[in-house]
Amino acid sequence: MNRVLVAEDLYLLRDGLVHLLQAHGFEVVAAVETGPELLRGLLELRPDVSIVDVRLPPTNTDEGLQAALAARKQVPGLPILVLSQHVEQLYARELLADGSGAIGYLLKDRVFNAEQFVDAVRRVAGGGTAMDPEVIAKLLASNATHEPLATLTPRERDVLEAMAEGRSNAAISQRLFLSESAVAKHTAGIFAKLGLAPSDDDNRRVLAVLAYLNSR
Amino acid sequence: MLRKYGIVLALLTLAAYELVVIVAAFLTVMATFGLGMVFLFPPAVRMIRGVTGLTRKLVRTSSGIEIEAPYLPPPPPPQPQSDGMYRHGRTLYKSPRVPAWNDRWKWMLTDRATFRDALWLLLDPLVKVALVPLLLLMPERGLRLYGLWCELLLGPTAASRLASQVSHLSRVRNLAVDTQAAEMRRIERDLHDGTQARLVAIGMTLGAVENLVDTDPAAAKALLAKARDASAETLTELRRVIRGIHPPVLAERGLGDAVRALAMDSALKVTVEVDLPHRPEAPVEAAAYFAVSELLSNAARHGGATRATVDISTNGPSLRITVSDDGWGGADPAKGSGLTGIERRLAAFDGVMALHSPPGGPTTVTMELPRVLPEYWAGDLPKLPRWKMITVVTLWATAWCPLFPQGIVTAIFKIFGVEEKTWFLALHLPEPYQWPVIAFMVVLGTMMYVAAVAIPANHNRDLWMCNATPTNLWF
Repeated sequence: MNRVLVAEDLYLLRDGLVHLLQAHGFEVVAAVETGPELLRGLLELRPDVSIVDVRLPPTNTDEGLQAALAARKQVPGLPILVLSQHVEQLYARELLADGSGAIGYLLKDRVFNAEQFVDAVRRVAGGGTAMDPEVIAKLLASNATHEPLATLTPRERDVLEAMAEGRSNAAISQRLFLSESAVAKHTAGIFAKLGLAPSDDDNRRVLAVLAYLNSR
Repeated sequence: MLRKYGIVLALLTLAAYELVVIVAAFLTVMATFGLGMVFLFPPAVRMIRGVTGLTRKLVRTSSGIEIEAPYLPPPPPPQPQSDGMYRHGRTLYKSPRVPAWNDRWKWMLTDRATFRDALWLLLDPLVKVALVPLLLLMPERGLRLYGLWCELLLGPTAASRLASQVSHLSRVRNLAVDTQAAEMRRIERDLHDGTQARLVAIGMTLGAVENLVDTDPAAAKALLAKARDASAETLTELRRVIRGIHPPVLAERGLGDAVRALAMDSALKVTVEVDLPHRPEAPVEAAAYFAVSELLSNAARHGGATRATVDISTNGPSLRITVSDDGWGGADPAKGSGLTGIERRLAAFDGVMALHSPPGGPTTVTMELPRVLPEYWAGDLPKLPRWKMITVVTLWATAWCPLFPQGIVTAIFKIFGVEEKTWFLALHLPEPYQWPVIAFMVVLGTMMYVAAVAIPANHNRDLWMCNATPTNLWF
């Protein structure tokens, strides 16, 4: 579960990512720098997880994102963690649209915190999601005035945010200094208020929440 | 019919007034240049322009001949220097009145239209008298003829059109340069006050860490964490600056998706319709994006809107953008700087903005950027008219005949002295005419091919020239 592909055009950052991942026990099977190379790598090597920069040569537009979407169309659920200098709801929605999970979308800044970053990589590799807090904040902000969301308590909003980022109950309880049972109670409350079917599976739960936010 | 006679009556009444104006203008000109009473000149010119303006309006309503005003644009109001004085030539003035008057005097005196107006005024009563029978018997024809006469002297000439276009372009250029410079200054300030200061702070923190790392590792570690947070904040700040310069989505995806991304981030519920087959040029995209962005944030901030629609479409080679919201309306470009900012941005592309915002709403803003898209987007390439098409086809179909059989092949037959005459015209003629006819055939055939190629090629250029050159190349 630890073969990684890295796609990044800046040499320093690519090298840094490779070292960081190797130091945490991943095997980097390929480090590419252009869109076409990335697509070929994704389809031929089928890495357990890929770390992809949105902007790649040759066009320096959204080559990386397009390659990721194309690869996931052919191989549904291929785990990909997309990195970018800026986060956009538009891209997040496109990545989440197929609803198959194993997807991440983070700001490049998140690499600063190695533990959290590696945790996000592992989560994506395991079929989970890792959404940048900024994306979630934007998603929630554009839904802020809608009826069910407006009725959430501040605590429930915090839990919802953490959950939408892709965190498990255990991780949420650690971050918000709550007991796991309290978190479970809050999530049940959120699901009841939003009218979603409760689920014990962490990943499926996250996808339900993201789909809910996306549909608005 | 009755209306026509009404207009005829109005024109004839105006002729009587013109006589008064002629006398008054004559007296003022005498006073101006004979007695030096220059202050009488501008009112006289304004009086004449009043008459001509009225005539233009009458001609438009009566015969549909549109006569644009040919005058050079009025001079801008004088700007004070840094010490509050107004300069005109080598003289400084305390109040703007004298320099403004000087500018106006120069403007009126150097404008050829002033003198063409005067000439028209002198001749017009005579023309009207001459036209009276026609105006009474056939008002339709008479009014049209009168309109043509007015167009001759009151309409813009190529020179005046060019002059006003040049002054418009230089104004637009100044505006664009000003806007750009202001943008640059804003970016410089953002980088200087934000990013640069934060980087200095990070550097200082790292220096402190260097000093502490041996003596107090725990404190050094805390400082390092602080430096890391500061660098993350710097990145956030930089992202904001970059968004203000050129939003990344715009660079990556183009106008349509950038506006969609904008709509998602907006507090309003925004519906976006985009119908663009290709991407416009980057500066056009940026201008359109920032205009939409400004309008959406205005609608949310000042308009109290909850919903908005953005529609981006093409209108031939023009880009048309409509933004409407359900706010309480009453938007006024004179009040806020946001709308004037948009107008300035669009002005660089000759773009125009129409604002419809009655009190109580809803607000609709339509922007049009003319001819910013490549011609081929419009779908219909400038088509050849039928007669040109037929000529070109005929030329292609027949040009071979004089050039090859009647020209070149006949020449070869003649050179090698082949007895056969077949249907080669030149060989059936008496000896002295044979070579001239062969040469004529070769030239004719070549010319026909050249014409077949040149007609369509010139057509596009002609069309372009028609659009670009002013008509009516009178003095």
